[in-house]
Amino acid sequence: MSGGRRLYLDGVSVVFDGFRALNNLSLIVEPGELRSVIGPNGAGKTTMMDVITGKTRPTQGTVNFGEIDLTRMDEAGIANLGIGRKFQKPTMFDALTVFENMELALKAPRGPIACLRWKLTGGARAQIEQTLEEIGLQERAQDLAGILSHGQRQWLEIGMLLMQDPELLLVDEPVAGMTDAETEQTAALLVRIAGRRSVVVVEHDLEFVRALGRRVTVLCDGSVLSEGSIDHVQNDPRVIEVYLGR
Amino acid sequence: MSLAVLPAAPDARLRLGLRAGLGLFILLLAVMPLLNLLPVSHPLHVSDFLVSITGKWICYAILALSLDLAWGYAGILSLGHGAFFALGGYAMGMHLMRLIGPRGSYGHPILPDFMVFLGYQELPWYWLGFDSFPFAMLMVLLVPGTLALVVGWLSFRSRITGVYLSILTQAMTFALMLAFFRNDMGFGGNNGFTDFKELLGQPLNTTAMRSGLFYASLLALVLSFLLCLRITRSKYGRVLTAIRDAESRVRFLGYDTTRHKLFAFVLSAMLAGVAGALYVPQVGIINPGEFSPANSIEAVIWVAVGGRGTLVGAVLGAFTVNGLKTWLTSAAPDLWLFVLGGLFVLVTLFLPKGLIGLAKGRTK
Ligand SMILES: Nc1ncnc2c1ncn2[C@@H]1O[C@H](COP(=O)(O)OP(=O)(O)O)[C@@H](O)[C@H]1O
Ligand SMILES: [Mg+2]
Repeated sequence: MSGGRRLYLDGVSVVFDGFRALNNLSLIVEPGELRSVIGPNGAGKTTMMDVITGKTRPTQGTVNFGEIDLTRMDEAGIANLGIGRKFQKPTMFDALTVFENMELALKAPRGPIACLRWKLTGGARAQIEQTLEEIGLQERAQDLAGILSHGQRQWLEIGMLLMQDPELLLVDEPVAGMTDAETEQTAALLVRIAGRRSVVVVEHDLEFVRALGRRVTVLCDGSVLSEGSIDHVQNDPRVIEVYLGR
Repeated sequence: MSLAVLPAAPDARLRLGLRAGLGLFILLLAVMPLLNLLPVSHPLHVSDFLVSITGKWICYAILALSLDLAWGYAGILSLGHGAFFALGGYAMGMHLMRLIGPRGSYGHPILPDFMVFLGYQELPWYWLGFDSFPFAMLMVLLVPGTLALVVGWLSFRSRITGVYLSILTQAMTFALMLAFFRNDMGFGGNNGFTDFKELLGQPLNTTAMRSGLFYASLLALVLSFLLCLRITRSKYGRVLTAIRDAESRVRFLGYDTTRHKLFAFVLSAMLAGVAGALYVPQVGIINPGEFSPANSIEAVIWVAVGGRGTLVGAVLGAFTVNGLKTWLTSAAPDLWLFVLGGLFVLVTLFLPKGLIGLAKGRTK
């Protein structure tokens, strides 16, 4: 994608009470790239997303999006730069309907007055309905988000991410709680999205990562253990040791 | 599929029913001053006492609405809303004091009695302008609004939420109470302001004026309700609800939640100020007791009892709890505080959605 911005992490460390959740982590995601990040539990995958989205400040290191230093911005500012995130534990607004959740996520001016004056135009409605169809929740549009099943919540959060129209999507464990068919659909969706946008997917499920079929980064103990194609990393002795040796 | 053609959910029907009920109730209130004009022997006669106390409750209902906007929707549990109410009241009180003019006991052409008594030579600068009605009304909005802006900005920016924010707002009203008790603040100290004579060129102690204030309050209640309704039904209202339930998630969607909360908090404080301003000429006095932390807590209980996050519930709660209070304080004055506390515990444990929740339970 021309004109897109690259995500650039260099020498990033995050220390919680002496514990290094990220340890000198470096990672580059090119514009339009679809990158899978795998690694054992506690490897620091979610912490990496926290650092990129402004939830956690790195103890040291560089985090840039294009020319912009993300460590100087707050969560809302980073989101408005075009970095969207799906959380490992799907989080949305349970007291609002599925449609209203999508409407809040929809890219539009974010100030109080703008929200007060907001009118749902036909175009915006069509856009929301189209995405609802894409994530298979069109029948649930008027249901409260709080009554959705876990898999449906995953879908809704992916839908909300799409509504933000981000340039970079950070997707944390999207297929947990999904059926095999849904997992396949999700992989297809992410592949379709990438190209126009950059996507970073964190996932445990190696079959899913294989279905994505792109470059894979393996994290372990807060830094990069291996990087390359799925076949490459699966045959990397260090990766085998970490995954099988534990 | 068009979403507009979906049948209204039972929830929406209930909401409609509640609003219709509220409309009827407002109508009922509106005829009270008229029924007061009937001869005392007439079966429909409404006593002076009932009219005047209802006028007060209307002001409390506006305060409850303002609190519901902050707490019920934006999740800001303010335990200091009484301070905004009192500041609005003091702004109105200052206007009423200036209008006394030379009719005070000391007969000073400009200085209010308490200033003459304390040996003031001239009006403190912050009393200037309060002789003008429009200026005083502006202050009714600006003083509470500015305090909310400062306190809100300092706390929301530092991400102080939940119980810490509640304690902070409670400390705010307590500190103000202590400050207003001091004579050298220039607000009449302990005694506050009283002995008001007129407003807008009309003497205060006439039936016409009392009815006027009653209707002004009722109008303010209706307008406040419509304003809150407009806000909470807009996308902004849904942003507030989202902040209440998962503030951090809202930030990741790109909303500057500090600004959103600040906007709601300031607006809410201004509404509370209007309530206080309408209250003072009806009760004829304002003193530092209005800042008492207990007042703010009581307002929270009204909203909790009625059902927070519903608007109608706030109004309902203000009238029922205050009705109960008036009845009990004459029937068994020692019991009131226990009943109030018990009510809060009962509602928290068994009726988390308040009286409105009770109605909801029935329609399902
Ligand atoms: N806020 C925090 N405070 C202390 N430790 C944390 C915090 N967040 C994460 N950690 C620790 O950092 C490590 C990495 O966690 P995480 O990034 O969630 O791993 P992953 O997503 O790869 O499973 C874990 O050991 C976790 O316990
Ligand atoms: Mg994780």
